[in-house]
Amino acid sequence: MTVALSVRGLTVAYAQNPAITAVDADFAAGAMTAIIGPNGAGKSTLLRAVLGLVPRRAGEVAIFGAPLARVRGRIAYVPQRASVDWDFPTRVTDVVQMGLYRQLGLLGRVHRRHRALAEDCLARVGMADYATRQIGQLSGGQQQRVFLARALAQEADLYLLDEPFAGVDAATETAIIGVLKGLRDAGRTVVAVHHDLATVAGYFDRVLLMNGRAIAQGPVATAFTPDALQATYGGRLALAPTAGQGVA
Amino acid sequence: MTAFLQLSLTPLLIGALVAATCALVGNFLLLRRQALLGDAISHVVLPGIVLAFVITGAVAAAPMLLGAAAVAVAAVVAIEAVKRLGRVEPGAAMGVVFTTFFAAGVLLLEQTDTSAVHLDVEHALMGNLESLVWFAATGPGSLIDPAALARLPSELPRVAAVAVVVVALCWLFWRPLALATFDEGFARSIGIPVTALGFGLVTVAAIAAVAAFDAVGSIIVIAMFICPPAAARLMTDRLGRQVAWSVVFAVVSAVLGYMLAGYGPLWLGAQDAVSAAGMIAVVSGVILALAVRFGPCRGAPRRG
Repeated sequence: MTVALSVRGLTVAYAQNPAITAVDADFAAGAMTAIIGPNGAGKSTLLRAVLGLVPRRAGEVAIFGAPLARVRGRIAYVPQRASVDWDFPTRVTDVVQMGLYRQLGLLGRVHRRHRALAEDCLARVGMADYATRQIGQLSGGQQQRVFLARALAQEADLYLLDEPFAGVDAATETAIIGVLKGLRDAGRTVVAVHHDLATVAGYFDRVLLMNGRAIAQGPVATAFTPDALQATYGGRLALAPTAGQGVA
Repeated sequence: MTAFLQLSLTPLLIGALVAATCALVGNFLLLRRQALLGDAISHVVLPGIVLAFVITGAVAAAPMLLGAAAVAVAAVVAIEAVKRLGRVEPGAAMGVVFTTFFAAGVLLLEQTDTSAVHLDVEHALMGNLESLVWFAATGPGSLIDPAALARLPSELPRVAAVAVVVVALCWLFWRPLALATFDEGFARSIGIPVTALGFGLVTVAAIAAVAAFDAVGSIIVIAMFICPPAAARLMTDRLGRQVAWSVVFAVVSAVLGYMLAGYGPLWLGAQDAVSAAGMIAVVSGVILALAVRFGPCRGAPRRG
């Protein structure tokens, strides 16, 4: 297994409370990995620490074998939708073109090929007809697809998505998973925070189960077991039987 | 014509430049939910200006700009500290810091011998736009006469220079500023120094505010940081056009406000003109009210 993203002994604390403690995890290149765990398990924090968005108290992160600063251009991040200012005066196409920032720099002109790339990315998520809408006028699912299109425009090798299916409609979920599988089939690495235990086996190749610390990881077939879920969710796992069916 | 050149041209130019500069920066402050910062900065700069005066003993632009910018940055750091250490919400932290700084400035001003210069609280609030006259002008020929031009009020080249700097910085950092304002997490993930940009923005806002404050008083600064951008937001859903609208609204407020202050009371039968600074702020408020009622993008977009 080639490792795209390697995390060793990663510890992050907000104020005095540790959010994640000594997490060791390897994310396989060219695979789709789900990060799974209860609310407050530190799943988003793990992604944010990998990206350097929150300071880490201890631990190492290697992306394609290099430190973050050297490989930023190869990473695309789709934050939780809640982090965005929906009233901002920007159109859908402008949002997608934000994905070109590292290419364009401060003053680089937006050429026809850039606009064509943005259009193409919008088309891939089924949002080509909404290019001139203000971003806040879209539904939650449509907004999520636009942010995926922005990530596509980054033409990255590693895609980190924070709850891409939260609050989206079924059509959007299908569209997003299709795009993500397309990325994987093209050799890209996809890591997503995921909540719906029932769809893990259908959507993902590998899982990382965590609750403050890493509990189990590996291919869905071997790591996504009732025992591991029990260890992750403790007594709170009301969905255990359903999740059990998902185990291949 | 000569009367216009002597009495109205320079106040109009200075008013319009100041208004446009403040509105330009105000767009980003407004979008970052920091609109109150314009208000805060225009208060916070007072101790900076007084300190610079105490140290240098003169009303000079450069040390005052430096003093004001330094105090503004100190205030921003203090706001962050109050927010984090005191676990206070941002608006409250801003309010606590700028009131304290302003009060300190008033005390400092009281204890300083400023009898020889026009540095007092009323001047700080209302400015002296009407007094920025150009008596060296003798006719249209003065506009190309170096001797006459050299005797323009020194506020004019100063606010013009600040306007140029602010426009250049906004142009240069437009893309990362927009990105960091819209989606901070994403901006950080692609390596944009979001915190440094935020500090840069408030520093530029402080410089714009202090140049304006000196020339026209803080009431225009506060109004121009908020009203034209807020009205412009209701006119369009694109950032570039919003900024363009805000500059238009700011210039219209300055010109119309100055004219109305000078001639409006006479039309109504009153004897004296009213404060130009006050009237400019009022006009910008009226423009905002009209935009709220008639602006095409006033239907607040909601998340889906």
